[in-house]
Amino acid sequence: MGVIDSNEIRALTGAPAPGDARKSGVRIRFDGLSKAYAARQVLNDVNLDIDAGEFVAIVGRSGCGKSTLLRLLAGLEQPGAGGIALDGEPLQQTRDELRLMFQDARLLPWRTVVDNVALGLPGSRADVRRAALAALADVGLADRADEWPSRLSGGQRQRVALARALVHRPRLLLLDEPLGALDALTRIEMHQLIERLWLAQGFTALLVTHDVAEAVALADRVLLIEDGSIALDLRVPLARPRERGSAAFAALEDDVLRRVLQHPPLEDQAAAPSTVSFGQWRWAA
Amino acid sequence: MASTISSPSPRWLGQITPWLVPVAILAAWQAAAQLGWLSTRILPAPSAVLAAAWTLAASGELLTHLKASFARAAIGFAIGGGIGFFFGLINGGYRLAENLFDTTLQMVRNVPHLALIPLVILWFGIGEEGKLFLVALGVFFPIYLNTFHGIRAVDASLVEMGRSYGLSGWSLFHHVILPGALPGILVGVRYALGFMWLTLIVAETISATSGIGYMAMNAREFLQTDIVVVAILLYAVLGKLADVAARLLERRLLRWNPAYAPA
Repeated sequence: MGVIDSNEIRALTGAPAPGDARKSGVRIRFDGLSKAYAARQVLNDVNLDIDAGEFVAIVGRSGCGKSTLLRLLAGLEQPGAGGIALDGEPLQQTRDELRLMFQDARLLPWRTVVDNVALGLPGSRADVRRAALAALADVGLADRADEWPSRLSGGQRQRVALARALVHRPRLLLLDEPLGALDALTRIEMHQLIERLWLAQGFTALLVTHDVAEAVALADRVLLIEDGSIALDLRVPLARPRERGSAAFAALEDDVLRRVLQHPPLEDQAAAPSTVSFGQWRWAA
Repeated sequence: MASTISSPSPRWLGQITPWLVPVAILAAWQAAAQLGWLSTRILPAPSAVLAAAWTLAASGELLTHLKASFARAAIGFAIGGGIGFFFGLINGGYRLAENLFDTTLQMVRNVPHLALIPLVILWFGIGEEGKLFLVALGVFFPIYLNTFHGIRAVDASLVEMGRSYGLSGWSLFHHVILPGALPGILVGVRYALGFMWLTLIVAETISATSGIGYMAMNAREFLQTDIVVVAILLYAVLGKLADVAARLLERRLLRWNPAYAPA
């Protein structure tokens, strides 16, 4: 099975021409990026280039800094040192081009499904509603447009969150373990949905996940973060749509999983130094 | 228990059962008054109360007093509620404002506002201002406290989401913070409505030339117990109406929340 360029796949699936896809995605460059909380170094001198339109998955144990990387990219936190550039421009000027999907859907419960999708969308009322309905149709929820989010299942809420992110036509989509709380079947459906929309719209995607199979199923490239730096950078040379049952898929998944497991869990390392000062203990007693 | 399961009573019976006791009490009251067991000076018969209410309504006096009381309640509520809402917003939203104002407001809160009546009379005399001041003070704290806590209770993850979707300033407040604080604010409104009537009753009995409280005080001078009872019942009705209005407001504004959805 040969390595197929993602642009060829787009051509095969009838998506926009390769040139367009390249243009719609954003190129990312991390340059000596570091971040520390109090005494703990979360990210340590991360240098990384991500191509426009690339789908990159970041895996790693809990607390390895993978979510922090995404939050820095989303501008929710500021780096301690180093910088991030999108298409060569410093991050601050290009915030509008990226959208973030959170671990929970974070829909506003007081707005209907379609109004949630329309949140922050500029334009006239009718245009905004039309765009929001189109985005909902993309995730298969057009018929639930006027319901309250509380009436939806967890998977449906994440689909609405995906529609809300994509209605802005972002050039970069950040996914912070958005499928972690969903059941296995719903996850597989979401994988297909995300892959289809990514192929159609050509944005750059960055997925943080615990699930190695998810990373291998979706990404062009799997990154492993350990101790705040990139320990593995692996291309996934499988053709799309990927077959989870195939030997090549299983072998890749196994490789990555073994590599992740080599590293001792962070909890064990963190247990030794106590961060609780004597004064705080006195209050607890 | 077993008998109610085996022989279900008709629907109409279930609907009138709760009213049996009140009707019986009214009937006993009426009978006691007519037979002379109950002096009309202590408590007039229900029929006499009804007749008094009818006479007052027919002469237009009732409407005049109702209007006067209602206007005082509404203006006082608007002033006190407005100021309370404002301080709740800024103290809930900005740490600096909280540090600056909250301690002072909490100290003032511990003074029962009705204890200020002698001072209020000295400040404002016996005119309208004093009554409005008392009502405004009465509704200020429930609105302030609940707005403050409502703002603080807004889900921080939703605020973060709003920011990452490009909302800031007014749009963030309008789309995320205010709707999130609304359940708390409406609880404050319901408490405030209760305080509003309570304060008004007391304020109108001090000295007034119109209003339901004035009507009751005036009737007391002439031993017209029937009118006094009418005034008391009017307060009860007005209080109930305010509560119903607050409930309707909750159902309308919080219809997204399953806890407030109509059963």
